[in-house]
Amino acid sequence: MKQLIHLAALVAGSASVLAGDVTGIVTLKGTPPAEKPIAPLAADPNCGKAAKGPVNTRHYVVGSGGGLGNVFVYVKGGLEGKKFEAPATKAVIDQVACLYEPYMIGAQAGQAVEIRNSDAFLHNVNFMKSEAGNTTFNFAQGAGAKPVEKTFVNQEVFAKLQCNVHPWMFGYVGVSATPYFAVTDKDGKFTLKGLPAGKYTVAFKHLKAGEVTQELEVKDSGAEVKATLEVK
Amino acid sequence: MGSRVNQLAVGTGVHAFAVFTAMWALLVISIGGLVTSKGVGMSVPDWPTTYGYNMFFFPVRLWEGGIFHEHLHRLVASALGLWTVILAAWITAVRADRSVRLLGWAAVVAVVIQGLLGGKRVLLNSVDVLGIPGSVFFGVLHAMLAQLFFALLCTIALMTGRGWKQLVAKVAEAPPGRGWIYLMLVAGVILQLAVAASMRHQHAGLAIPDFPLAYGRVLPPTDPSFLDQVNQRRLGVVDDAPITAFQVWLQMGHRGLAVLLVGLVGFLAFASPHEPRVWRLSIRWLSALFGIQFCLGAATIWSNKAADIATAHVATGASILAGCFVMAFARFSGERQRKKRFQPCPKSSCLLKSPAEPAGGQLV
Repeated sequence: MKQLIHLAALVAGSASVLAGDVTGIVTLKGTPPAEKPIAPLAADPNCGKAAKGPVNTRHYVVGSGGGLGNVFVYVKGGLEGKKFEAPATKAVIDQVACLYEPYMIGAQAGQAVEIRNSDAFLHNVNFMKSEAGNTTFNFAQGAGAKPVEKTFVNQEVFAKLQCNVHPWMFGYVGVSATPYFAVTDKDGKFTLKGLPAGKYTVAFKHLKAGEVTQELEVKDSGAEVKATLEVK
Repeated sequence: MGSRVNQLAVGTGVHAFAVFTAMWALLVISIGGLVTSKGVGMSVPDWPTTYGYNMFFFPVRLWEGGIFHEHLHRLVASALGLWTVILAAWITAVRADRSVRLLGWAAVVAVVIQGLLGGKRVLLNSVDVLGIPGSVFFGVLHAMLAQLFFALLCTIALMTGRGWKQLVAKVAEAPPGRGWIYLMLVAGVILQLAVAASMRHQHAGLAIPDFPLAYGRVLPPTDPSFLDQVNQRRLGVVDDAPITAFQVWLQMGHRGLAVLLVGLVGFLAFASPHEPRVWRLSIRWLSALFGIQFCLGAATIWSNKAADIATAHVATGASILAGCFVMAFARFSGERQRKKRFQPCPKSSCLLKSPAEPAGGQLV
């Protein structure tokens, strides 16, 4: 009997830690406006030299199949009350040729975000919080300066990093309260890794196209999702 | 003492220096306007230092991108502080009228407050004040005080000039009771500037991209689905904040107030046949400035808020406020002089009376 109870406990325990990957694609319905050339970048003596060819804005990155890049995918409901340790790995965003690279990254609340400057000249990195608990910062990062680590304590979708020396230069950090988040690639594809089996509300948020949510049931084998954002 | 100011002021060059200081203030406003138009106000994150350097020794090789505009603004503003102190001291030294001395030292207080507001705009950028983001709160205050300060300097420049006494004497002969119209004009312009500063410091770009219509209509739609659609399609090189219905109506208010003010100044320009010639000329110059400002407002929209045009709009706005302010000031000074001429007197001492004089009035 005792062995049976142990076995039942083991099964129950294992069920709660069984987890799968959620993979999917976010597509854009409708035709977005054309991106614009960043004329001031080309005109700037430093940035113009550093740029490799013409540079356009990156508001809508749409793949050949209609997949939408730079969508922040995160679990919005279903994990309430649970606490998650921040990972030891760092999320990295760089400043290259007067642009943030990548344009958007994801990070977990409490995780260190490393901000680099690979340019041979100065940028300032200005962040204004929109969520209580997070700390606003504005610091200078000169040529060859060491990377700076910043931490967002609370979820913030999106934390905008802005250079005011070069005002066309901005990038984003999608900060999630849980470890289950992703940023879609240029074809709109993403993977939420290791999401435990259960029912969730998953949000798909884009800076311009807005946000949609989907109810999702994740099984041990994971799940597949398709979401659509619309530009009207 | 009253005539002493003119002799001494002109003789010592205090008037010329007051004009120079006022023009310098307009330069500071223009560079400040450019800082806001280009969105580079936070390119220097510290204050009163610049990237840790003493502001006056910040190496020129580091004046790149937005730093150039922001740092230049700080330097020319610092010089303005110095000029203002010299002006006040000079006015005091030449023993100008008490009112001019007071205005001179009021300008010193204003320039100190303005400098501190500029610093707070940088340091408290993200702190909410009365529920308003610090960037907007301090930005609007800083912009408003700059314009009022410029108007104050222009008034000092006028009062230390050769023509001030003559102007007041002429205005004293003008039809009485119109001072309140000029006061209303000043109040209207200040309100207009407050609305404009609020629009600019929210950094949301153009809430309405067309003119004279608004989104192709007389009254713009502001329902959430329409605004969502607009925000989805606003792809700027600079990442402007999404627009809201409040911002749309704010711009509509700015347009409406502009029409009212142009109408009012136009009325004053063409319905004042009995005013002294110098006054009629001044009001026509002022109305021309209003016309230019109206065109610059339209050009700001048509150029998608090009930084140079938007800044010219700011500088012209400051000039309009200064023009209205000095005219209202001259008007009230003239009315005051007229009242002094006809001071009431006891019946026994009223030696001179004529049918043209008001009852109980004496020409002094």
